[in-house]
Amino acid sequence: MNIIVIGLSHKTASVDIREKVAFSPNSIEKPLRDLLSLDGIVEGIIVSTCNRVEIYATTHDIAGGIARIRRFLADYHHLSYDLLEPHLYSFHGEDAIRHVFRVASSLDSMVVGEPQILGQIKTSYGYAAEYKTSGIILNRFLHKAFSVAKRVRTETKIASSAVSVSFAAVELAKKIFGNLNDKTVMLIGAGEMCELAARHFLNNGAKNVLVTNRTFEKAERLAGEFNGEAIPFEDLFLNLHKADIVLTSTGAPHAIITPDSLEEVIRRRRMRPVFLIDIAVPRDIDPAVNELDAVYLYDMDDLQQVVAANLEGRKQEADKAEAIIAEEIGQFYKWVATLEVRPTIVALRNRFDELRRAEVERTISNWKDAPPDTEKRLEALTSAFMNKLLHHPSIVLKKSGQGNRTDLYLDALRVLFELELDNGVEEESLELEE
Amino acid sequence: MTQISFYLTLALYGVATLLYLACLLKTTPCLATAAQRVLVGGFLMHCLAVIHRFIAAGYLPITNMHESLSFFALTIVGVYLFFESRYKVGILGSFIVPFALLISIGAGIVPMEIKPLNPALRSAWIYSHTIMAFGAYAFFTISGGVATIYLIQSHFLKKKQLGPLFVKLPSLDILDDIGYRCLAFGFPMLTIAIITGAIWASRAWGSYWSWDPKETWSLITWFIYAALLHGRLTTGWRGRRAAILTICGFLFMLFTFIGVNLWIPGLHSYT
Repeated sequence: MNIIVIGLSHKTASVDIREKVAFSPNSIEKPLRDLLSLDGIVEGIIVSTCNRVEIYATTHDIAGGIARIRRFLADYHHLSYDLLEPHLYSFHGEDAIRHVFRVASSLDSMVVGEPQILGQIKTSYGYAAEYKTSGIILNRFLHKAFSVAKRVRTETKIASSAVSVSFAAVELAKKIFGNLNDKTVMLIGAGEMCELAARHFLNNGAKNVLVTNRTFEKAERLAGEFNGEAIPFEDLFLNLHKADIVLTSTGAPHAIITPDSLEEVIRRRRMRPVFLIDIAVPRDIDPAVNELDAVYLYDMDDLQQVVAANLEGRKQEADKAEAIIAEEIGQFYKWVATLEVRPTIVALRNRFDELRRAEVERTISNWKDAPPDTEKRLEALTSAFMNKLLHHPSIVLKKSGQGNRTDLYLDALRVLFELELDNGVEEESLELEE
Repeated sequence: MTQISFYLTLALYGVATLLYLACLLKTTPCLATAAQRVLVGGFLMHCLAVIHRFIAAGYLPITNMHESLSFFALTIVGVYLFFESRYKVGILGSFIVPFALLISIGAGIVPMEIKPLNPALRSAWIYSHTIMAFGAYAFFTISGGVATIYLIQSHFLKKKQLGPLFVKLPSLDILDDIGYRCLAFGFPMLTIAIITGAIWASRAWGSYWSWDPKETWSLITWFIYAALLHGRLTTGWRGRRAAILTICGFLFMLFTFIGVNLWIPGLHSYT
């Protein structure tokens, strides 16, 4: 059984592509069912956030499974495959496991260490569990990913770096504005980091939140979360002068705030300083605006440099996190490898044979006046008994083929009879559906 | 007697300067407190020295270079202490107090003996005219220091050089606020000084305005600050360019106050 991962993220696709492939959480059941109806796909989970769309699945046919899911992503959203194809990545085996562990640990996030991705994966897994599209392998896999993420969070300082980016932004703002009371924060576009930073500003006294987005509904939803005001994207420059702190993270291909457009805004602000934080890649704000008198522009790199200066050995922390993941991959991969029919039957037979042989030997050695052909007879008897006993389970396993149920049997056998396949697999309690 | 208290003042200002400069390098609350206490001590001693001199001379001691510089240092320290206690910005002292010390040292270098008062200055107008002028000078000095810090802090923020000094310096908002308040106090005081000076001049010299170098230069200074305030009130002018103009205003003021007396002979030269 193999785990495969197919998807796209902020690293491979711009927001307008990501938006087209995104799955709405309100109607996730249909795509999950469609996914499982694909040929050779045994289990499946769909993770869809604003920065990534990924499908985790198990299959016996790696190449076919990957190809079908790649097609599925395009077909389901009525997109041309050629358009989507260059943005997709796919992994199998150890790479797939590493990828999911890294995503869950927030090492693959736009802002490394941001905490929301873990919750988003948990929610996605919750849907899959609810609609029973995840089975024994993905259940175990995702739980493992959650525990790895937790280890990374507690054993390294990676997680604190995202928080400290927001913290650094707040500290900088305080150096400009003194205190943040009655200051107005404006969010242009949506993104995990933007929301995180906005929340930080609110916690530090900022009063008003303005939200704008190309999709007005999104702006309204986010404004609702912050008790703020949604602004139509076209009216951005009519409202920009109200904001003291501006956070941008749109997917626009070129700058939306230029020195020319900002000069008028500064005039309307009566030259009061404005703090711009550009989180988008490519950038939303022309770096030249930093030359304007009352404008202080910071992008993600600037903020992370501020943090890096404070947080020595950030590289070490990242290495530490990768080491944790590498360690956990080893253990989990061994477990997945044990879920194969033929090796399990062989191991089961070996285990029984071992026990049978031990008992025969013990009987012979204690039986002083045994007839000369006793050993032969005992061998025959116990072998026949063992074969009879193993016959039916072997048939069932071989016949049940490649499905969720088989994995369940295999895992159960491994635990019940203490089978050692591929040696050294750590015993873990069966984590069936919760 | 007056000299002893003046030298004691100098010594206290010297210690305060060292402590305030140490605050730039190290951040310990007790260092800042010690600096402020020593400065308050210096200020009280300075007041004592001026009162001594007032009693000994029998007139307000701002009639020669020593007295003017000494009184200038006193008003700077007084106004600075007001802003420090009000805004809790001890770090400002690291810039202002060394300047006050330099001025005091200057006062110590020039001749200090008490001379009989120039008859032209024997008038009640001397109080309103000079006190207003010195008050304005002190506020403009603080605003110049604050504008300098504003430029430094703004530079740090723009260039993303967020070192230990950046952390210690106050926020742009506080600097802007202090700078504006200094203008709001200093400008009317300078205006009153010029008006009372004109009235006094008409009584003493027979003409309101005689284009004496001091008058000319103070008028230039007045226009600079008038332009700054006007810009602030109409278009909200502030920021780096406003800070640069504030520093220009301060330099013109300094020249009006000291340079004119030293290098350009005129009606105001009493030293």
